[in-house]
This record gives sequence, C-alpha cells and structure tokens, in this order.
Amino acid sequence: MRGLGKELRTGLIAALAITLAFGLVYPLVVTGIAQVLFPGAADGSKVSFDGRVVGSRLIGQEFKGKAYFHSRPSATEYSGDATFFANVGPNSKEGREEVRENLAAYLKLNKPYDRGLTKEDVPVDAVTHSASGVDPQISEANARIQAHRVAAVRGLPLGEVEALIAANTEGRGLGVFGEPGVNVLELNVALEEIAPLK
Amino acid sequence: MVQGYLQIAIFFAVVLAVVKPLGVYMAKVFQGERVFLSPVLGPVERGAYRLLRVRPDEEGQDWKRYAKSLVVFSVLFWVLLYLILRTQGLDPWNPRGFHSAPWDVTFNTVSSFLTNTNWQYYGGEVTLSYFAQMVGLAVQNFVSAAVGIAVLVALIRGLAARSGSSLGNFWQDITRILLYVLLPIAVIGALVLASQGVIQNLSGYSVIHTLAGGTQVLGQGPVASQEAIKVLGTNGGGFFNTNSAFPFENPSGFTNVVEMFLILIIPASLTYTYGRMIGSQRQGWAIFSAMAVLLIAGTVVAYAAEQHGTPAQHLAGLHTHAMAGSTGGNMEGKEQRFGIASSALFTAVTTATSTGAVNNAFESLTGIGGAVPFSNLGFSEVIFGGVGSGLYSMLLYAILAVFIGGLMVGRTPEYLGKKIGAREIKLVALGVLVTPLTVLLSAGLAAATPAGTRSLAAGFTPQGFSETLYAYLSQANNNGSAWAGYTGFIQPHGLGNVGAYGITFANLLGGLVMIGARFLPILFVLATAGALAGKKVSPAGLGTMRTDNPTFVFLLLGIVILVGALTFFPAILLGPIAQGLSTRPF
Repeated sequence: MRGLGKELRTGLIAALAITLAFGLVYPLVVTGIAQVLFPGAADGSKVSFDGRVVGSRLIGQEFKGKAYFHSRPSATEYSGDATFFANVGPNSKEGREEVRENLAAYLKLNKPYDRGLTKEDVPVDAVTHSASGVDPQISEANARIQAHRVAAVRGLPLGEVEALIAANTEGRGLGVFGEPGVNVLELNVALEEIAPLK
Repeated sequence: MVQGYLQIAIFFAVVLAVVKPLGVYMAKVFQGERVFLSPVLGPVERGAYRLLRVRPDEEGQDWKRYAKSLVVFSVLFWVLLYLILRTQGLDPWNPRGFHSAPWDVTFNTVSSFLTNTNWQYYGGEVTLSYFAQMVGLAVQNFVSAAVGIAVLVALIRGLAARSGSSLGNFWQDITRILLYVLLPIAVIGALVLASQGVIQNLSGYSVIHTLAGGTQVLGQGPVASQEAIKVLGTNGGGFFNTNSAFPFENPSGFTNVVEMFLILIIPASLTYTYGRMIGSQRQGWAIFSAMAVLLIAGTVVAYAAEQHGTPAQHLAGLHTHAMAGSTGGNMEGKEQRFGIASSALFTAVTTATSTGAVNNAFESLTGIGGAVPFSNLGFSEVIFGGVGSGLYSMLLYAILAVFIGGLMVGRTPEYLGKKIGAREIKLVALGVLVTPLTVLLSAGLAAATPAGTRSLAAGFTPQGFSETLYAYLSQANNNGSAWAGYTGFIQPHGLGNVGAYGITFANLLGGLVMIGARFLPILFVLATAGALAGKKVSPAGLGTMRTDNPTFVFLLLGIVILVGALTFFPAILLGPIAQGLSTRPF
C-alpha cells in the first residue's frame, strides 16, 4: 500500500516529466519538422507582390474604393492579432440595422456598374460578418457582382476579370467538404499584376 | 442541400470506418498488450515506470487508491499550471511581453484546462505567451484527455471483472494512453494541419503592409501542435480567440474535416474498445447506435435551421436562399470556406462531444440551430461526449436504463450479468444528476444576481438568457464553447493585460462549477466501478433483459432524452426556442 507521500512524489515526477515531454519536446519537434517540410505554410502562407510581402493568403484584408474586390464585412477591422466574434444574435435589432446598412452600401457601390442588380441578387456573405473577422474568401456570386465594377474601373473586359475570378477560386476540400470561395487578396494581387492602378 | 448532406454522410462514413481498427488498437493498449508501436515506445514506457518508481503489474489499485492517484495527479497539475500562468511576465517565447491575467481569470483558465473544458474568458493571441500556451495549456490538453480515458478504462475493468477489486493502475493507464494513443495521432494530425497552412513557428507577430496600403499584424505561434491535441483530446481551447474559425487554426474545408475527424475518432472508437474489453461487440455497438442517432438528428436540425437564415436578416430585406455561386443561409458569423453544411456539422460534432472548439460564432446561430448545442449539452455530453468521459457517462445512463427497465417488468436489474443493487444505483443516480443540478443552480444564480448579469453582452433579452444558461451548461459539462458575448475578462487598454480586470463572480463560479462537475462524477464512476468489480457474474437466462438489441437502444435513448428534457426544457424554452419562434427583433 502506497502512502500519500509516495503518491505525491510519483505525481510530482509525472507532472514535471509530462510537462517536459508534451510541453517542450512535442511542440518543438513538430515545429522543426513543419519548418523543414512546409516552411511557407508553417510561417503563415505569405503572399508577395512587387517584391514585398503584402499579406497572408489565409487572412482577409480590408479593401476600399472601387478598384478592388472587397472582403466580407468584419467586426474586428480585419485584425490579425486581436480577433473576436461579432456576436450578433439572430433576432437582434442591431443585426437587422447592420444588414440593412450593408445591403444599401453594397447596392450603392455596385449597382452603377451592374444595372440589373437588385437586393434579391445579393448573396448573404456579402453583407454579413464573417466569424474570424478575416475571412479570406467571398462567394463566387459575390465576386461575379463585384466583377462588373472592377472591370469598368480598371478598364478591363468583363470576361478577363471573370477568368481571374475562376483562377482564384478555391474548391471544396477533397472536392466535397466545405464550400468553394474566391480568395480576395490573391484575386486583387492578380488584378494589380495585369492592370495596375496609377 | 443535397451537396451539404453528401458531405455530412461521407464524413460519418469515414468516422465509422475507423471505429473498429482504432477500437481494437486502444483495447490492446489498455490491456497492456503489445502493439505495432511497442518496439519504439516500449523503452520509453519502461523508462517512465522506472522514473515514477511504479511496478504496474504488481500494483493493481482498488477504486479508492485509483481515485487517490488521480486526485493527487490533478491537484499537482492545477498548482503547476497556476504557477506557470501567474509568472507569465518571465516567460521565454513571449514576443508581445504579455503580463499575467488577473488572478481570478487565471483561476478560471486553470480549472478550465485541467477539467478538459477549455472554457476561455481570455483571448489567446492578446493575453498569452507562446510559452504559456505550449508548456501550460497544451500539456493539459493531453493530460485531461488521458485522465478521462483512464476513468473509462477503470469503469470497464470493473464491469468486466470476474473477481477481485482491482481497477488497474492509474500511473500505467496514464502512461500508456499518453504514449500509445494521444501522442502518435497528435503528431500526425499536427503535421497534416501544418502542411495545409496551420502555422507552426516561434516567430514574433508579423507586421504586414497590405496591398491596399494599410497595416495588418498577424499573430504567430506554435499553433498546429496545439490544434491537433485540442481536437483529438476533445478539449477545444483555441490558440486564437476565434478558435477554429480563424484561418491560421483551420484554413480550409479539408482541415475542417480533419479537425472534426480527430474530434470524433476516439470517442466513437471507444465504444468498440468497450465491447472488446467486456467480450461482446454487440454491447458496444448498442451504445454506439444510441449515440449516433442523437448526433445525426442534431446535425440535420442544425443544418436545416441555419440554411433558413435569421429573422434579423429577413427583416432587413436580405434574401437568404441559395443561388448560383452562393449557398445562402445564415452566413452571419460563419466562414465562406465552410459554408452552412460544414459549419452546422462542426457545431453538432463539437457540442455532442465535449470539445467546444467552434468554427462559427454560436451567438449568431439561428434560434433553432442554437437549440442543438443547448440540447447536446443538456444531454450531459453522452452523445460520444468527451474522450472517456462521454462513454463513462453513457454507461451510467445504461445502468440507469437497466434499472428502470427492471422496475417496469418487476425483475432484479442486471447489467452484463452483474446485479445492480441499492448502492450501485445510488452512485449512478448521483453521477447522472450532479452535472445537471450544477448547471441549474449556477445558471440560476448568475441570471438572478447583479454580479452575474455583469457578464451579459445582449442584456436582459432571451439572447442574454441564452448567454448565461449556455455559459454554465458549457462549463459544467466540460465543453467550453460559448455564446461568446458573455464575458469574465475586461481589457480596457487592449494589449498586454495592462489595466485588465476580471469579473470575479463569473470567473470563480465558473471555475468551481468546472471542477465540481468534472471530479464529482469521476469519483461516482470510480466508486461504481469498485462496487461492480467484486460482483459475481450470473449467466444470462430467459428472463434477463438484453442490453445489446434495438429495444435497449430505444430504452437508453428514452432515458437520456427524458432526463435531459425534464431538466432543461423549461430553461431552453426561455432562450433559443423563444428566439426561434419569434419573428420580431429585440
């Protein structure tokens, strides 16, 4: 029969050994392997343009003005280092007002370039907060609406912009899981490459 | 909708395919047999026993000694984690120079990670160093998972024992579970995730000059290694505040399914392990079936509800139907890459198991979609549940079902040939009721006192009531997901914990609830195992109520639903169902 003292001793050694093995050895070994095998992914999937890093492929950014595709609304001002949920409830008055305002703003921005656009055509992702505040993607429907505006402002044929959308659309995982989405940063980088502003 | 149901169906099929092989493997691990990893890990295991000075083969423990080792181990880890988090200012790998959080927040966090809850009043990337996350929290993700599995294994041994009082050796169980089950799967999982874009580094935060000329700071850190065990151990505490919704934790539809897979495989496979260890696979499949029915039902309800959209969206004039290039539905608080189906599935899986990781904002779920997490928690996390804890809780319900079934037909109840006597049924009833009682008392206290309502984000509305009830449901059931507006930690000056303060009531009550609702049931389970271990097994006769057929599955489902509904239905009416039935904003 082991006494309490002996149990405490065993427990203390176990706690320290486990902390060392699972708190240091395990994560550092994984870090080492990941840094060797997948350096780009392990460091944040950075995207470069014009010789400098302009963001991460995985983290959405704020785009304003008429020449860019816009990301989804963010409650966090697209923060990558202080994230939180918008926490808008399903019946909340604030939620109703925000959607109303976002819908009006989206139509105001895009309707001049897409005359037939009505609010029935606006996809939900365009006017609702993403969860992370930095959703890197928008839906294909959202991108196709914005394409009219971007093509007109940048003086590109609509077909060429739509081809860029298709090239920057990420499919479902293994073709089945999740939903397709258009990567906004990569799409805007591609636009800058063929039809730079200025 | 068809594509959505297809992804859900394929996911469940893949999990089902793993149940037998992983179940057999874990049974061998728990029974001390050789497995294919023994040549590599055997020397490490033997070294661990020498270090701990235990001779597991000679030191079988009865339930009291098993419980004593478990409590000693847990108390020591509580103290160690508290010290690590209180001394954060001294940490290496602390690129932002974070100080410690207020003491009451630390109390909550330590209790949370020790109990496999991972309720988070803090935001990882704005309050914690890489050291604290890695050496403090991620270690608990392994340890708390191993403790849950160990308790289950002890209960199974008690049920399977032909004589004697030994439930095995706690130190051996912990060692083998950590080495042979959790570590290898976590390593593979971490590398798969890292290959897909989950970050894994010790660099400082990246300052980016964005394409449009702005500035964006990106949090970094050893995320993949923590992410893998976060899901595998049904822990759920995110490295980042927005958890598995944040792309550095969950970058694609593929990683999302990997994370859900890692969440479910151990709880699902343990039912097979159980069948094997008691010598009847049919018993294991019966329990599995009851769990699967509830999980699939919850998934379908959540998916349909979320696809419908919310009253606020419809009142604003938004159309939430599907169209070419968009799935429609309630995308508020959801990510495009997951869409409605993979968000609803994740929601059901993470709350049926006691994981609590989220890939979408629960506070923004529709009323009825939100009722799914409420129900899953209301059923006391027995729908696969936490690793180990889900099945040991479900086995208590199985014994309860046998008892009630026995009363109905007027026979002495037996489970697996063991007579269920007065002592056993008292212990089982306590084990089943302690968590729901804790929820009702703590949520009532928090909803009715000014100290409790300080934590509300949505004020005195059904939404605010949902926040409160869910906070204590989640903490008592060791889940950890949240209606995230509910807070116990205020950071007025932003970064570094400077000027931050906790809401002491929420932090202390929550911490005590988590500890009580974790360890009291564990003690009742071990006591039940001890009481059953010494019982003789009587051969099944014509009058024996079978516990491996569909009739028993229905009975078990009935008992689980009855206990959950009787306890929580009135409370859930006031929150999510009131919201689901209302078309008015408030």
